[in-house]
Amino acid sequence: MYIEQDTIAAISTAVSQSGIGIVRISGPEAVEIADRVYRSKGGAKKLCEQPTHTIHYGFVVDGDETIDEVLVMLMRAPRSFTAEDTVEINCHGGPCAMRRVLDAVLKHGARPAGPGEFTKRAFLNGRIDLSRAEAVMDVIQAQNEYALQCSVSQLQGSVYEAIKGLRGRILYQTAFIESALDDPEHISLDGYAGQLKEEAEALHGDLQRLIASADNGRLLREGIRTVILGRPNAGKSSLLNALVGEERAIVTEIAGTTRDVLEETINLGGITLKVIDTAGIRSTEDVVEQIGVARALQKAKEADLLLYVADGSSLPDENDRRILGLLGGRRAILLLNKSDLDLVVTPEQLRELTGNQYPVITVSAKEHTGMDQLVDTLKELFYQGELSFNDEVCITNARQKAALISADESIRRVLESIVLGLPEDFYSIDLMGAYEALGEITGEAVGEDLVNEIFGRFCMGK
Amino acid sequence: MSRVEEYVDVVVVGAGHAGCEAALASARLGLRTVMFTVSVDSIALMPCNPNIGGSSKGHLVREIDALGGEMGKNIDRTFIQSKMLNRSKGPAVHSLRAQADKSDYSRSMRRVLERTEHLMIKQQEVTELIVEEGVLTGVKTYSGAVYHCRAAVLCTGTYLKARCIYGEVSVHTGPNGLQAANYLTESLKSNGVSMYRFKTGTPARIAKKSIDFSKMEEQKGDERIVPFSFTTDPETVQKEQVSCWLTYTNETTHEIIRSNLDRSPLFSGMIEGTGPRYCPSIEDKVVKFADKDRHQVFIEPEGIHTDEMYIGGMSSSLPEDVQLAMYRSVPGLEHAEIVRNAYAIEYDCIDARQLTLSLEFRSIKGLFSAGQFNGSSGYEEAAAQGLIAGINAAQKVLGREPLILDRSEAYIGVLIDDLVTKENHEPYRMMTSRAEYRLLLRQDNADLRLTKKGYEIGLIDEDRYKRLLWKEQKIREESDRVEHTHIGASPVVQECLRRQGSTPLKTSATLAELIRRPELCYGMLSEIDEARPSLPVEIGEEVNINIKYAGYLQRQRKQVEQFKKMERKKIPADLDYDAVPSLRIEARQKLKQYQPSSIGQASRIAGVSPADVSVLLVYLSSGMHKK
Repeated sequence: MYIEQDTIAAISTAVSQSGIGIVRISGPEAVEIADRVYRSKGGAKKLCEQPTHTIHYGFVVDGDETIDEVLVMLMRAPRSFTAEDTVEINCHGGPCAMRRVLDAVLKHGARPAGPGEFTKRAFLNGRIDLSRAEAVMDVIQAQNEYALQCSVSQLQGSVYEAIKGLRGRILYQTAFIESALDDPEHISLDGYAGQLKEEAEALHGDLQRLIASADNGRLLREGIRTVILGRPNAGKSSLLNALVGEERAIVTEIAGTTRDVLEETINLGGITLKVIDTAGIRSTEDVVEQIGVARALQKAKEADLLLYVADGSSLPDENDRRILGLLGGRRAILLLNKSDLDLVVTPEQLRELTGNQYPVITVSAKEHTGMDQLVDTLKELFYQGELSFNDEVCITNARQKAALISADESIRRVLESIVLGLPEDFYSIDLMGAYEALGEITGEAVGEDLVNEIFGRFCMGK
Repeated sequence: MSRVEEYVDVVVVGAGHAGCEAALASARLGLRTVMFTVSVDSIALMPCNPNIGGSSKGHLVREIDALGGEMGKNIDRTFIQSKMLNRSKGPAVHSLRAQADKSDYSRSMRRVLERTEHLMIKQQEVTELIVEEGVLTGVKTYSGAVYHCRAAVLCTGTYLKARCIYGEVSVHTGPNGLQAANYLTESLKSNGVSMYRFKTGTPARIAKKSIDFSKMEEQKGDERIVPFSFTTDPETVQKEQVSCWLTYTNETTHEIIRSNLDRSPLFSGMIEGTGPRYCPSIEDKVVKFADKDRHQVFIEPEGIHTDEMYIGGMSSSLPEDVQLAMYRSVPGLEHAEIVRNAYAIEYDCIDARQLTLSLEFRSIKGLFSAGQFNGSSGYEEAAAQGLIAGINAAQKVLGREPLILDRSEAYIGVLIDDLVTKENHEPYRMMTSRAEYRLLLRQDNADLRLTKKGYEIGLIDEDRYKRLLWKEQKIREESDRVEHTHIGASPVVQECLRRQGSTPLKTSATLAELIRRPELCYGMLSEIDEARPSLPVEIGEEVNINIKYAGYLQRQRKQVEQFKKMERKKIPADLDYDAVPSLRIEARQKLKQYQPSSIGQASRIAGVSPADVSVLLVYLSSGMHKK
């Protein structure tokens, strides 16, 4: 049997606002880790003393604080999905609590599962029929694609930049040390430890801030990625304002006002949407607007849900047809807007125009009418399972946080080594550890980075 | 027409540092070996810097020695100055470097070769490979002689289609004006081998009597000399040493270079080969690091039988007149007389990704290669590969498994894995930063890591192996003793600690605990360690390192375990990657092209993602490839 040495964890059900979810832990230390976060009602029960395939009521706690009321299922190897010791924690408190349960599990020794990793382990341990190997490989590759897409596209732009900045600084320090080790007669490290100590303290501070923002959920943009599309002046920004309930986007009657992409997280009927307003899509000569249009098209590609706003007061034009082309096969709701004016297009016409694939709702974004119907339609889509706020988002967040923590630990070890007066070559080992950990977040492998930096920055040898 | 026709076991093409090790290894393993060179007088020639070792290269020499190679012994016989670099830094980066007497080095190696049984040296240019159905069966020389063989090792260095260039002068010769080898490239190409063109360079040699050393800083060797070879008795190498000298370029030098850049073949495009970034010419340095107002220049003797001095740090391909002006602008070189001009050299080499980890061509069985021919640079890198290629050519003929060192076992493993796995656009130089487990791969423990392997191959004799086992045992015993020896807080102990700048003991402590204090070490505590046995210095050193850095060493050992797991998952050589579902196109292409031997190696190929590796793992364990 293929035995992994480490224990992995992830949220293994779709995360919905009101639903119940499962945090799964698998690996040799699964039960031990679960015991560290589990407290029974009486407080005395130990999971490691319980028989396999039993269910236990209790709480997940982090220190003194109770995070959630849970049911814990215990399945010992080999009788589990992965054929490893497995603990499944059934959480009740919604996505936020579920995420905190996962956090607690990770804090106590588990590692966030990689894409398709449960499936991979199940297969390698003989739990999945050999004939399904092909499907397993597909799952791994598909989940990886998705994870990559998530980790980069969901990372806040500013966070991405911050991490890249940190990596650059770490690489520079490492390259300096290494160039001096390789060419001690050209490059001296006299007095360097003090300098590095300052920089490592600064890095430590920056990493701490990033970890804190991961805790606040500010690292990632979460929710169902919803993009509002429509030709210029169809009323997209008004719709966003209506949904948000405040003036967020600039609304004027001049077509092409929204030149960039606006974004807002809102909660409709218990469902979290990350709504993105886009520039109206039309052929344009205006360079700035062109960029806006290009971004809108890109956002539409990445979206989980499209809200198409049609101007009911005029007939569909070529821009509308172009947008409708983008919908092809995607989750979408059509909104026939401007019901406060005289409609020249009927809902039936619009429905027909799109091959009767999508729900159509008549609204007035300006008068805020038709919003209830929109919420109902959303709920319907959501609870029928057609839309899900993918769990990959949570696990991405968990993976990224774990990587930040690991980078921070490495930097702290650098500081420790400096204080202990260890030689410089020890610093660069941990610096590279931090560099690699941060690279997991931005999806960049180390490769020849260090060697390139050494030669690029420092004048070497002969 | 009649011609010479001979049957041998192994043919080695080239007599540089790779060729010498390859030929010696093969012959010492009892195989009839022929070594070809374009000039018997240039065996083990050092056409560039006059030293062996240095950061990470010193590690390679120690490893070569532990496996039964010759380089370490030869430099111990012929060095004229020795230095342990990075002594103030951690033990992993201590590195030995010795200045060689070049002609002695060459002569001494030649004598070793000449006295080796089963080894013949021939001054002949090999022009053609004889390959039958993907198997190498012999080589042909310029004279038409045919040498049938069961394996061959190509160590052609910088000689293939070599061209030396400075200014407008371009001559088709190898280094030092030696004859180039102009035919073998075509034979390789016609056998489907893909070639690169690399470039390197060397500075001028200047007559000692024209140098004013009073304007330079003297650079002496170490007081206590440490030999390279584990077999050399340290007492035999304590001898008088020769100095090197340090001076600097200045703004005038840089101005001379800048105003003549248009006459440099590098900038005019006359040189097409790719040069190494770690060994830039002085004109490269001046252009690329324009903000530096001076560069170091090391003046190193080429030997004690010659007056020629090597001008380290100022390699160049500028025209002769510019060279003269530029060197003469450096303090102490005002009246310099150039003996040999600096030049750049271009040569053919291969994309080493055509080789397996045993250094055998994937598409030509029985053909091995090593050294600069494989796209590396440096005497030590060449010798290391030469030794492995020579061993593996012999192993092949003997029907045994090849010797493959992995990245966790030796710098040699890192070197070869990098060469055959990664894309390489310049001559590859070893660096300690390339070794991810360098705390374990130290120069001091090369014998502990590798002697056993050398013994199993047959290059280390019984006697030496027994000495290794004894050393291992003593290290174990002494480490154990130190961990369990308690030191009380007696006045003598407190006084000793105070004298060493350490805080006095509150209660008793073990010796190991004291050794772990940053300001103390094993050696400093001898006076309070009454039961200490008398042991060789190197054993105390190992004990000290193992105890002092135990935490870090433990961490790296854990990483190595993880690494080994992936290395142990072998990929069958005939795996049809087109049949593996779900691989991304890029990964599929790369895997098909480079055919890694293990999952671990696959994961190091650029363009193969972790998900691709998982897919491959699932595929192999599904047994689908066996159908």
